Amino acid sequence: MNSETKPKGSARRQFLADTARMACGVGLLGLGVGLYARNATALPPAALRPPGALPEAEFSAACIRCGMCVRDCPFDMLMLAKPEDPMATGTPYFVARQAPCEMCEHIPCVKACPTSALDHSLTDITKARMGLAVLVDQETCLNYLGLRCDICYRVCPLLDKAITLDPQTNTRTGTHTLFIPVVHSNACTGCGLCEKACPTEIAAIKVFPLYMARGQLSAHYRLGWVEKEKAGGSLVTPDVEHQYHMPEGMKYEYGKGLSVVPPGEAAPGAVPPVPTFKALQGDKL
Amino acid sequence: MSALPHKVGAEAIAEKGWLVAHKWLILRRASQIGILLLFMVGPWFGWWIVKGNLNYSYTLGVLPLTDPYLLAQMLAAGQTPEQLAWVGVAIVVIFYLLVGGRSYCSWVCPVNLVTDLANWLRTRLGLKGGAHLARRTRYWILGMTLVVAAITGTIAWEMLNPVSMLHRGLFFGIGFAWAVILAVFLFDLFVMRQGWCGHLCPVGAFYGLIGKASLLRIKLPQRAACNDCMDCFAVCPEQQVIRPALKGINGAAPIILEAQCTNCGRCIDVCSKDVFRFGIRFGAPVPGVSGTVSPVPK
Amino acid sequence: MTEVKMTRRDFIKTNAVAAAAATAGMSVPGVALAQARGGDGVRWDKGVCRYCGTGCGVLVGTKEGKIVATQGDPDCPVNSGLNCVKGYFLAKIQYGQDRLTRPLLRMKDGKFDKNGEFTPISWDQAFDIMAEKVKATMKNPDQGPFGVSMFGSGQWTIWEGYAANKLMKAGFRSNSIDPNARHCMASAVFAFIRTFGADEPMGVYDDIEHADAFALWGSNMAEMHPILWSRITNRRLTAKHVKIHVLSTFGHRSCELADNELIFNPQSDLAIANYICNYIIQTGAVNKDFVAKNVTFHKGVTDIGYGLRPNHPLEQAAGNNGYPGADGKPKGNPNAFSPTTYDEFAKFVSEYTLDKAHQISGVPKDKLEALAKIYADPKIKVMSTWTMGMNQHTRGTWINNMLYNIHLLVGKISEPGNSPFSLTGQPSACGTAREVGTFAHRLPADMVIMNPAHREAAEKIWKVPAGTISDRIGYHAVQQSRMLKDGKIGFYWTSTTNNMQAGPNVNQEIYPGWRNPKAFVVVSDVYPTVSAMSADLILPCAMWMEKEGAFGNAERRGQFWRQQVKAPGECRSDLWQYIEFSKRFKTDEVWPAELLDKNPQYKGKTLYEVLYANGQVNMFPKEEAAKVNAHAWAGYTNEETEAFGYYVQKGLFEEYRRFGTGKAKDLGEFDHYHRVRGLRWPVVNGKETLWRYREGYDPYVKAGEGIKFYGNPDGKARIFALPYQDPPEKPDNEYNLWLCTGRVLEHWHSGSMTRRVPELYKSFPDAVIWIHPKDAEKRGIKRNDIVKVATRRGEIELRAETKGRNKMPEGLVFVPFFDEHRLVNKLILDATCPISKETDYKKNACKVWKA
Repeated sequence: MNSETKPKGSARRQFLADTARMACGVGLLGLGVGLYARNATALPPAALRPPGALPEAEFSAACIRCGMCVRDCPFDMLMLAKPEDPMATGTPYFVARQAPCEMCEHIPCVKACPTSALDHSLTDITKARMGLAVLVDQETCLNYLGLRCDICYRVCPLLDKAITLDPQTNTRTGTHTLFIPVVHSNACTGCGLCEKACPTEIAAIKVFPLYMARGQLSAHYRLGWVEKEKAGGSLVTPDVEHQYHMPEGMKYEYGKGLSVVPPGEAAPGAVPPVPTFKALQGDKL
Repeated sequence: MSALPHKVGAEAIAEKGWLVAHKWLILRRASQIGILLLFMVGPWFGWWIVKGNLNYSYTLGVLPLTDPYLLAQMLAAGQTPEQLAWVGVAIVVIFYLLVGGRSYCSWVCPVNLVTDLANWLRTRLGLKGGAHLARRTRYWILGMTLVVAAITGTIAWEMLNPVSMLHRGLFFGIGFAWAVILAVFLFDLFVMRQGWCGHLCPVGAFYGLIGKASLLRIKLPQRAACNDCMDCFAVCPEQQVIRPALKGINGAAPIILEAQCTNCGRCIDVCSKDVFRFGIRFGAPVPGVSGTVSPVPK
Repeated sequence: MTEVKMTRRDFIKTNAVAAAAATAGMSVPGVALAQARGGDGVRWDKGVCRYCGTGCGVLVGTKEGKIVATQGDPDCPVNSGLNCVKGYFLAKIQYGQDRLTRPLLRMKDGKFDKNGEFTPISWDQAFDIMAEKVKATMKNPDQGPFGVSMFGSGQWTIWEGYAANKLMKAGFRSNSIDPNARHCMASAVFAFIRTFGADEPMGVYDDIEHADAFALWGSNMAEMHPILWSRITNRRLTAKHVKIHVLSTFGHRSCELADNELIFNPQSDLAIANYICNYIIQTGAVNKDFVAKNVTFHKGVTDIGYGLRPNHPLEQAAGNNGYPGADGKPKGNPNAFSPTTYDEFAKFVSEYTLDKAHQISGVPKDKLEALAKIYADPKIKVMSTWTMGMNQHTRGTWINNMLYNIHLLVGKISEPGNSPFSLTGQPSACGTAREVGTFAHRLPADMVIMNPAHREAAEKIWKVPAGTISDRIGYHAVQQSRMLKDGKIGFYWTSTTNNMQAGPNVNQEIYPGWRNPKAFVVVSDVYPTVSAMSADLILPCAMWMEKEGAFGNAERRGQFWRQQVKAPGECRSDLWQYIEFSKRFKTDEVWPAELLDKNPQYKGKTLYEVLYANGQVNMFPKEEAAKVNAHAWAGYTNEETEAFGYYVQKGLFEEYRRFGTGKAKDLGEFDHYHRVRGLRWPVVNGKETLWRYREGYDPYVKAGEGIKFYGNPDGKARIFALPYQDPPEKPDNEYNLWLCTGRVLEHWHSGSMTRRVPELYKSFPDAVIWIHPKDAEKRGIKRNDIVKVATRRGEIELRAETKGRNKMPEGLVFVPFFDEHRLVNKLILDATCPISKETDYKKNACKVWKA
């Protein structure tokens, strides 16, 4: 090394060292930011995204935290996450128990979103899937106890579709009915009106984000009745007619079982009367 | 900077009067506060002139504005915006190409109010020294945020970004964002002069990059009149940008072309000799200037 | 958030106690055991739910002078331990934050001023000004005794209603006392009297478990009678042959269970009922034996008007509305009828063919026929239920009569499962308003003030001089509002009701009446309701478990409870208010001289001495309270007993009981009620009656009589030939929608209690207007938009709902009336059934537009 290159070399070394230091420092910061961000993309169970929100992983990339959805919500029920909230800071959410989605027909929040974070192809609010209502506690649900509450059912904007009441005999009293609320995942939008309205101290019905609330059947089993309906008929060749030994006055129908033949009706499977071809005669029948 | 023998700007005040010596500062504060007010009258009084925040806003239902830096992160994370946001980003980029990228920092950004306060206090209290970081750190951080966005698939920097956190916090509920802002304030006050805006903030860095080619510039038509009072250096948030243009180093033209200049105009205010003024980067060489007047190098 | 902190363990424990009590089959109520075994310091005692007429039994848990919990009474046969969600929150109804605790008078500069601000005063001051106003009113030639007027409630306890009735009719000699039940089931009352000569249903809730078919005629039981609906649903579930038919002007929750849903055009129930009679006759399904033996046929007068003000064109045109005609004499009598024959009746209804019924009602023919068939088929036992859909009707008495026509033609009545059953909406509409007779024309036990013999009987029992009770019918509810506005009422006292929200045509009639300077309006209430805020004087009341009480439910079941806690501040029960107030009057001040001259022994006495310290009401000394209730509560006493020095409730009830004893209105003994979960009258020899008018079940039907409708002198029920008639107002080009009002499950009536329960408020905070999506779309309205609804009387603003629990047909909208911030009754025309004087809240013409 000569005297001329020496300082140059030391400058370069200095530069490389500085660069390495910078890269390491900023890299470490980046690692921290990245890990923090990854952790925060797991939405907490009480927080629900506005209608049309992309799946959480994509949402946190697509949402630019502008709050336009919050501003255009006529019910003012959306909030932006604060730094201390356990989710991506600045992203919109709502807590059903406090203020649920009122399911506006024109979905202003989605229209206001400048990105694809809220999917603009959502034009029918009943197709929104913000979460899924789950009756989490049968022991404290008033209807399970036989009381007549059914508030969740009546408050549901899609009542009789998203929540139905399944009447069952109250075996304790013998004369009353338990109106069991049943949530249907094919219709529930997760708006949260049910959770908000549940009158018990702690809601017995709660809305959870889909990833928590939804189960899935395995692909190796199919529902026979669903497949049959889809196919418009039996998937295999239908049976030939079944016949049974039957005493007089009884009939047995395939799939329906044993019953008494109403008077005047011939038992199916009984030998039909042999047709007689005899010309009618005389002037009276 | 070493201790100054006189109060910064005193000469200018004596020369031009207080008002003129604070003209750009007042205008700048008016702009910063006015923009905040525009956002604020919505939630306060229900007068929805502007909705949204600095990340994306929509004014009077016609003017979309999108933060290009955020958009860049979003693209890096693998998502694309809707049409309005594209329009918004185009408007913002063109605007800052005209007025100077870092005008955002000095005329719009609410954190500037915080860091200016820290700097003012730091000067008042005579606090000196502190840590040293290269000013180019911000470009590293800028790069890092984009890389992290790409790797994690989320706009990760938004978890920490004090700029959007403060602005959003003011209109949507501040939460613990105040702690982050306080950290920035204390950092600037005790640890490093102009630490956040001048060294670390990737938002400023990004806007600075836009500003590289911007039209509006600080020109120094009277640089010969400079009496070396150093007031401009004392007030400049990016001191390194002044010297080449003022002193004609390496034959530099009397115009500040550095990307980091925030177009704050404070140098114009404090200069009793009227060395500085706003101008556009093109046009005839400034007449009546001594020293080498050569075209912009390169 | 809540004052009740009950751990799960506590809950199980208490339930276990109740269960143990039940299985032990104890002869004394389980409460004593629960009290002993509770362990958590909560004392349990039996009570009745505060809300509707179902009469669900509850157990009330108190600790440290406060109700801390309630539970459905597992041993009460009505509800077997269940409640609806309103009942679930009973523990909170007494503890709203804005409870009224001091008398408040409108004052300016230390004096009463009609336009003053509410200022706290003492009870003494309150009674001072009230007494002054009563006396002034009586002396005012424009007003007189009837200008002293009271508007009471089907939520009064039995003795409160009784004490008030006595104070008004025997004390002030004013028959201008009417209950809010006038708005609620007056039509049912008048029809019961017209058809059977006796009020209240013949059946009981047990009919539910015996019926093969149910027909709901204008009743959304799924929401309004939730526990009874739970029983009907169970009947439907457990017996596959059972079918449910729901008639309504819009689809609601009860329709969910319906096998046959009949959505009919408003008012056309009249045509449907006549069609069913015609179908029964045409198909030969008439129970000829039953009809021949037990039924007479009559033709009611028509052209009876609509109960509007006499100067209304519709009333000027009406020939039989009973209003003064040009000659000053009443124009007929809307309640009049004349005998006719079966054949005439058959001919009369024959015009109501399936085609015509379909054309008027808009109900598909197969649905109408399916409904007619359940009545016609002798093998099907039918229970018909109804509430406001039939009662709040300008032909409310008629439609009630017409439903009895159907049941009577086929003889499906007064036996398990065959039951026309009129439901009630208030906890003591039957027990207090009807049985005590707090109507402007009634006396206790189905007696009426128009009948001299009845007046005499009442005067005897009350120990007041002959001629004390006026023979003139007093002002009924709607008329009271009009008389207030016209300056004919000078003193008006309402209690336990909220007429400013619940009455019709609030802005044009009620409010101007109350604010008329000629009137002094006193509201006794527990919360600052719209009514209280419109009053001149507010009296703070004790409510529910803060007093000893008794309610009578829809199946003639009287249920008693003991006072559980003290009322806050200076709150006093209505009972105390009436009795204490009576001390302010001497007979000389309120009775005419000729009455006193004939009966000098009453001279100089206070009304208190005449009415209450009369040797009957005050015959049970203070100690009696402890004795009667010793089985449940050692050393029991109550506020009024302490205040007056005798067991007031027992004295009043035992006096009152004398009215009905031996007249098929027999109530049980006072002590008996305190030991049981209610008794269904007639209670003869301590035994309850389930099915009235039927031999074996009813002690008043002698052996061999089979059926006897003994309310009528001939022992027969009446079938009435009555036509379909249009309502007074129908949608037109401008007001182009039907407006129907009503309730939701979460809130009870005007919401003064339920809206103060945070959870109930939250579950249904504000009233909405249900509208068909197409009607909404036509008007540019989207779900949740703020809309305006207007009738010729006024307008309100509220959110539109196109989905949810109620499914509107096109052309009809529904608004619940619980929301004091959206007073839908501002929009309601004060048209009534001219016979029952009950307002039709269901059929007004309105328009709706986006606000």
